[in-house]
Amino acid sequence: MTEPALLVIVIATALAFDFTNGFHDTGNAMATSIATRALTPRRAVLLSASLNMLGAFLSFAVAKTIANGIVDAGLVTLDVVLAGLVGAIVWNLLTWLLGIPSSSSHALVGGMVGAVLAASGAGGVLWKGLVAKVLIPALVAPLVAILVAGVATWLVVRITKDVPQQKNDRMFRWGQIGSASLVSLAHGTNDAQKSMGIILLALIASDAVPGDSTGVPLWVIVSCALAMALGTYTGGWRVIRTLGKGLVELEPRQGMAAESSSAAVILLSSHFGYSLSTTHVATGSILGSGVGMKGARVRWSVAGRMFIAWLITVPAAGLVGYDCYGLNELAGPYAVFGFLLVIAGACAAWSRRRPVNHKNVNDAWEDDAGAMIAESVAQHDPSLLRLSPAQRKRRKKAAKLAKKQAKKLAKKQAKKVAKESANKAAKEETNGV
Amino acid sequence: MSDYIKWRALADVVVVGLIVGAGLPALFALGVRALAGPGSRVEAGRRPPIRVVTAGACFAVVVSAIVAAIIYIWSSAH
Repeated sequence: MTEPALLVIVIATALAFDFTNGFHDTGNAMATSIATRALTPRRAVLLSASLNMLGAFLSFAVAKTIANGIVDAGLVTLDVVLAGLVGAIVWNLLTWLLGIPSSSSHALVGGMVGAVLAASGAGGVLWKGLVAKVLIPALVAPLVAILVAGVATWLVVRITKDVPQQKNDRMFRWGQIGSASLVSLAHGTNDAQKSMGIILLALIASDAVPGDSTGVPLWVIVSCALAMALGTYTGGWRVIRTLGKGLVELEPRQGMAAESSSAAVILLSSHFGYSLSTTHVATGSILGSGVGMKGARVRWSVAGRMFIAWLITVPAAGLVGYDCYGLNELAGPYAVFGFLLVIAGACAAWSRRRPVNHKNVNDAWEDDAGAMIAESVAQHDPSLLRLSPAQRKRRKKAAKLAKKQAKKLAKKQAKKVAKESANKAAKEETNGV
Repeated sequence: MSDYIKWRALADVVVVGLIVGAGLPALFALGVRALAGPGSRVEAGRRPPIRVVTAGACFAVVVSAIVAAIIYIWSSAH
């Protein structure tokens, strides 16, 4: 039995997931193009959103199962789907807040696993499938991408090392836009299908459409495509910033090599039936473009934080999914939806404290004067030397703290000296006596 | 362990990924070098025809690979 209210809430939540999916994954395709200034930030998200939408309209074949081979398909009821979706959305929002790229599909799987655990215990989860299809690929994908992008970058840099930098930059920017567009298109076809599949499943479960229907109603396609495109256009600037500026300082040659290897690995992996997450591949490719370039610095500490986030994606989203299922049992779907709204509002409010948007997405990663000057010289743009009000504030705070600490240290030292001299005096006294 | 990792598929992804994912950027780089590398301009600023042809061939392969990828995405979405 399915009440219409539940159906409406599930559809709204599925569209919300679709939105966060586009929003979270813009960076996979466009971060490098934004960082190397092949495209302005606004144009990049517009291009990516259009291609995502086009990709979504291309997809007619829809996955009619969610988390296939990972949870027992017979146990996936609408309540489970709702709890799983909320788990995935909450994880997507939290990682966005921290600026960590994390796989939306893994978050969805995690949410579903948690919800199924709550609904019917450990027997409902196919643990082997979970390890083989989700956990191991999360480790393998970045390694493959690092290898391919590393070799690509090494070759490209070697071949073009005696071409004037300006010409290199200009031509490789074009190549970069082409390869990034492919990644966007592939993302649109793959990921929009997931939300469409969820909505179709919900409609079939509540007898709104016949169970044997093969086609997806047009309004489902249109609304999913729009939700994803809107999310992409809003731009998860925090994630874009981490991918484009946080891991490696990119130049167009690296960006082009990274995007090409992303596109190749993503398409090939789905072709050979070993699906790898777009996010993991894209991140690995960017790391690889730093490994393959002599003299490029890779911030492995930032990368390490991401790897940890990827490993806990499934348990974390699962925990939320588990709790949401419990909440649904207790207080019904409205409460779950309300919980989602509260979390989303809190995340949005929190993000205001240190906003990242199209204006500051390309600022130097560290507030360090050397990096800022280098960036400004490289881009011939003196305005890059200016500090934003937030940066100025942070700097003032840091200076204050440093002053305080220096004072403390001086005090300590003075005390020590005084003590020592006192000791000395005492010793001399005893010696004298 | 082979229950958990599809070694064959993974090997395919790595090998073909290296050929396509690293080969195509390298080809593009060759094209760039042919157009703008050292010796690409003779006196009077003209490019030797052989270089233009090489660059054209490189870029043609890259573009056709992109077209093939779009067709692949299109066909797998249906």
